[in-house]
Amino acid sequence: MLSIKNLHASIEGTPILRGINLEVKAGEVHAIMGPNGSGKSTLASVLAGREEYDVTEGEVIFQGKELLELSPEDRAREGVFLAFQYPIEIPGVSTTNFLRTALNQVREYRGLEPLDAVKFLSLMKEKMALVEIDQKLLSRSLNEGFSGGEKKRNEIFQMAMLEPVLSILDETDSGLDIDALRIVSNGVNKLKSEKTATIVVTHYQRLLDYIVPDFVHVLYKGRIVKSGTKELALELEEKGYDWIKEEVDSTATV
Amino acid sequence: MSKDNQILEDLNSKEYEHGWSVNFETDEAPLGLNEDIIRWISTKKEEPTWLLEWRLKAFKTWQAMKEPEWANVHYAKMDLQALRYYSAPKQSKKPKNINEVDPELIAIYERLGISLNEQKRLQGIAIDVVLDSVSVATTFKETLGKLGIIFCSFSEAVKEHPELIQKYLGSVVPMTDNYYAALNAAVFSDGSFCYIPKGVRCPMELSTYFRINAANTGQFERTLIVADDSSYVSYLEGCTAPQRDENQLHAAVVEIYAGAHAEVKYSTVQNWFPGDKDGKGGIFNFVTKRGICAGDHSKISWTQVETGSAVTWKYPSCILKGDYSIGEFYSVAVTNNYQQADTGTKMIHIGKNTKSRIVSKGISAGKSQNSYRGQVQVMKRAHNARNFSQCDSLLMGDQCGAHTFPYIDIANPSAKVEHEATTSKIGEDQIFYCNQRGIATEDAVALIVNGYAKEVLNQLPMEFAVEAQKLLALTLEGSVG
Repeated sequence: MLSIKNLHASIEGTPILRGINLEVKAGEVHAIMGPNGSGKSTLASVLAGREEYDVTEGEVIFQGKELLELSPEDRAREGVFLAFQYPIEIPGVSTTNFLRTALNQVREYRGLEPLDAVKFLSLMKEKMALVEIDQKLLSRSLNEGFSGGEKKRNEIFQMAMLEPVLSILDETDSGLDIDALRIVSNGVNKLKSEKTATIVVTHYQRLLDYIVPDFVHVLYKGRIVKSGTKELALELEEKGYDWIKEEVDSTATV
Repeated sequence: MSKDNQILEDLNSKEYEHGWSVNFETDEAPLGLNEDIIRWISTKKEEPTWLLEWRLKAFKTWQAMKEPEWANVHYAKMDLQALRYYSAPKQSKKPKNINEVDPELIAIYERLGISLNEQKRLQGIAIDVVLDSVSVATTFKETLGKLGIIFCSFSEAVKEHPELIQKYLGSVVPMTDNYYAALNAAVFSDGSFCYIPKGVRCPMELSTYFRINAANTGQFERTLIVADDSSYVSYLEGCTAPQRDENQLHAAVVEIYAGAHAEVKYSTVQNWFPGDKDGKGGIFNFVTKRGICAGDHSKISWTQVETGSAVTWKYPSCILKGDYSIGEFYSVAVTNNYQQADTGTKMIHIGKNTKSRIVSKGISAGKSQNSYRGQVQVMKRAHNARNFSQCDSLLMGDQCGAHTFPYIDIANPSAKVEHEATTSKIGEDQIFYCNQRGIATEDAVALIVNGYAKEVLNQLPMEFAVEAQKLLALTLEGSVG
């Protein structure tokens, strides 16, 4: 589904990603871990098409298409979803209104009729139950005055509504208490299918107790330096990142 | 930053869609402004002597006045002697009702999306249409007449209801009020008049649609709304003009009188030609709008969506004379390209327990300048006056300007006045967030701007609100920063 080859990206001339290689197949969950500043969030942003990053080398193929050639909105319409680490506030625009605009633009791109108000509402009801979100929250201004947990839950609700092929969760666990973490993870798990894939970007193993990954990758200095299964995450939890840093730094060639 | 500018430069704004004009035979005054022209207009309109004298007095006053320069706008002053002060489509005889109006004129309005055919109009809106200097048609006159509501052109009101005109004309905006109001008083040619009798709730929206067609012609119309005790009316105003290279002058006066327990809601969607993207042409919109809450418990509410005009100079105001009277001002002013707007309100608290509320949302894009100028005045006897003002500015790109000039003048210590102001930018973050959900950038801007202006748009009657939302999106098309 997703194939990242030798991806290099920089911001204002400073290289952040220095050759990422990653293959993600349908039905898989990949966790990207790593110490602060290793490039985890940058990878998520580059995949979603954030403009301030310059891709200097490499390619990304998503379902047979050159992902990096597409505008951010077209990537979304092709089925790439990014759950933001810091969801953005849009005053005066309700989640409902926002999502209706989004969903209908996605549908138009895919050659589908727009959903009328009745159908949209029934779809919303269905997905609301899935992620245990209150309708009151959805009629408030998007993310404005939301608690950390409400924001993250709202992200997962949007994901449920837009039914993406590839979901990228960028530090979705940050700022969540245990209950919120469980609800959010449950939502993500319910949305998983044979046809979709998930990339979970996280700093801590905690989230991976709930969203169990098939593969774990450790990002350090803009490269994937170690890959393994979920046991790797447990090992990192126990030993921290220093042993990996040392391993990499000692073998690094200048 | 350079990327932003690139986008701003690359994407031209969408062309003004009402920029066309039509050739038809006109009846027009010679160019220039002097006493003879005023007499010419008055004769043309078969006016009574008292009105001619009123005009001439206004003209004398005006001659001694200077064009105001305190507003935060810069433009080359117009040569008022090079303008024409009267231009009217030639009609063989005065139409008695809508069926007798020249089909050619009706076609103009059809093209603007305004149907004058009462049968075709589903929405409950009665409309008076003013083309250049004269009112060409008023719909639903008979229906309204049954309730005692008078809704007609100003000229007709002068003939049919002289006692009302004499009583209220200039009672809210005196002829000597300011430079443009005095000019208007001297040369005004037509406009709308509306009277709601005691205890009557007007069952439909009343509306005036202004269109400037002729070149080198100023439009000077007057609207006078009188809501007698315990009555209610909602009034709408819309306007467009052809796209011309020269600036055109629109200097209108609107007066509202609200008796005890009466309520008047006045909504404007102003879409004059704003000039092209290089700042050439466009309407100078120098308008005086004021209402008086004359009776106790009366209420006047102004809602405006200002998207057009090259230069806007406009401060719809409320004189809160009656005890417990309420004044409201809700405004969205958008400027793009080289537009300049200096707009706001005045709330003058005279009566006891009077309340006012000001919500102003400025949106600046391109190289435009957008200023809010508002005054809250609490007089000595206005015990327990309350005011709440909120002035927000939204900036798009880094070449525009937003300015706020609040004046607060309190003479009674029991007054409570609150003022809140914010300035924000449409963030790349917000746009990216929308993009990431599949929303195209133009639509993202429309969504964000409409969200920002929601509090004001919610005040508009339904169909107008939809229209205004589209207009906001259209005005800002291509201005992503």
